[in-house]
Amino acid sequence: MTESTAPVHAVPRTEGDSAVEVRSICKYYGDIEALRLIDLDFPRGKLTTLLGPSGCGKTTLLKIIAGLVEPTSGDVRVNGKAVTGPGPERAFVFQDFALMPWATVMRNVAFGLELKGMGKAERQSIARHYIAEVGLTGFEDKYPHELSGGMRQRVGLARAFAVNAEVLLLDEPFSAVDEQNRRKFQEDLLQLVEKERKTFIFVTHSIEEAVYVSDRIVLLSRRPSRVAQIIEPKIDRTASPDAIRRDQGYLDTVEEIWQGLKHYVD
Amino acid sequence: MMASSQANSRVNSQLTSPVNGPVRAVHSPAGRGLGLGRLFTSHPIAVRVLSLGLFFLIWEIAGRIPISYAFPTFLETLYAFSSLLLDGSLIAAYGSTLQPLVIGVAISGIVGVGLGIVMGLSRKAEWLVAPLFIVLQSAPMAALIPLITFVYGIGLMAKTLAVIMLALPVIVLNGYKAIRNANPSLVAMCRSFQGTRLQQITKVIIPDASPVIFAGLRLGLAAGFIGVILAELLITPTGIGDLITYHRSVANYAEMYAAVVSIILVSTLTLAALEAFEVRVLRPEKKRG
Repeated sequence: MTESTAPVHAVPRTEGDSAVEVRSICKYYGDIEALRLIDLDFPRGKLTTLLGPSGCGKTTLLKIIAGLVEPTSGDVRVNGKAVTGPGPERAFVFQDFALMPWATVMRNVAFGLELKGMGKAERQSIARHYIAEVGLTGFEDKYPHELSGGMRQRVGLARAFAVNAEVLLLDEPFSAVDEQNRRKFQEDLLQLVEKERKTFIFVTHSIEEAVYVSDRIVLLSRRPSRVAQIIEPKIDRTASPDAIRRDQGYLDTVEEIWQGLKHYVD
Repeated sequence: MMASSQANSRVNSQLTSPVNGPVRAVHSPAGRGLGLGRLFTSHPIAVRVLSLGLFFLIWEIAGRIPISYAFPTFLETLYAFSSLLLDGSLIAAYGSTLQPLVIGVAISGIVGVGLGIVMGLSRKAEWLVAPLFIVLQSAPMAALIPLITFVYGIGLMAKTLAVIMLALPVIVLNGYKAIRNANPSLVAMCRSFQGTRLQQITKVIIPDASPVIFAGLRLGLAAGFIGVILAELLITPTGIGDLITYHRSVANYAEMYAAVVSIILVSTLTLAALEAFEVRVLRPEKKRG
């Protein structure tokens, strides 16, 4: 560990209440210890990023929060209630989009509502709203293979918004999106975070992306993964995207995280 | 020495490539060969007709040489085909051939897809049933047909069974592999939106598996045609098998070939219809390029 590594929970919890609490989570895959005693709070209405070296178990932690993966020990609470599986207060955005290739954009976005048994007219009007929100109006009747990678992930995002969950879990949502689209998408995401007032938990391996979009960055160490550091970038989000990317605070935070992570990279 | 000459040629090719570049660029968009290629890609039906036409032409030439006394020309076969069609014998033959075929394929389709889905979803069912079908699929079915006649005689039952024995294994095995390989990410997606197990199966797993299930059905249907013809040739000559056997025995080779071609035609058309049904009903996204 470098000297810059702060103790766990160095950031005082002044943000108000937590939407998601993670308590002493451990996860073993066979003999491999993926996560070791993770304790974390995710403040409500903020975007928290899980960042760490590849293979460090960020996605595993996110899937445990989603209820898609069982922890070996420990528990996750959402609004104080223990998680036993997927629930309506959480929605997941998948790294590989997980869109049904046989369904139109409209049906894909409305799928979460369809599973809940909502009527067609009602769910389509909700879906139409979120399709517009992610900027895909006019593509309702297209099939996923007719869209670019960035547009496909917008569908995934709209689907997660449509079920009106309080907590959105995004698993490396931009990693399969090309660089230019990713930048645009990051900018749009910031606006959506502002507009939707939801709690976002975001997994990425891109330091720049983490600093650009996050209110709070949780650095995880290499396997077995532990919380190495928590950073709150002090960046003026009201500035234009280009100003943010040139902001000294932004650049310093990127550098600080890189210094912290560098020794994990071979 | 070798290395240096390789290096030299690489340098040379690098030097010449800027010269080659524009030359190629001039050729490619306006080239005559590619123009023809574009015609083919924009009119796929024309290509198919042309390919069939070429085949018939070669057949006609081969028949006129002739390569064998027993090999009729295309036109003779066509003539025999229309006379068989007009005197009603072809229709009568299909009336009896289609019976075991339709019953056998329907049973194989329903049982096969059902069994495949169950095996794909449950490891226990897989262990119980998969080995049987793997053995059945690799067994030479024609050798088992005499066995069927031994047990079930020479009637409809025996012929239907022959169809099922050929059609069922491939349908079951495809169905089971399709379900087992359904995209786990889509299943996780369905789970994350609190889909029930039934919703997972009906809304995600089966639609995702349907192309491979349908590939199995197409193979099963094709195998069913083989089964019914084998049965009609090996058990008792009825229907189209009778038509083939009879015209061979009286040396009406054009009629014999017409009967053979007709079964190929019927089988191809049925398979195409099944494919069209699949695209229309289950995978609408394939309708668009």
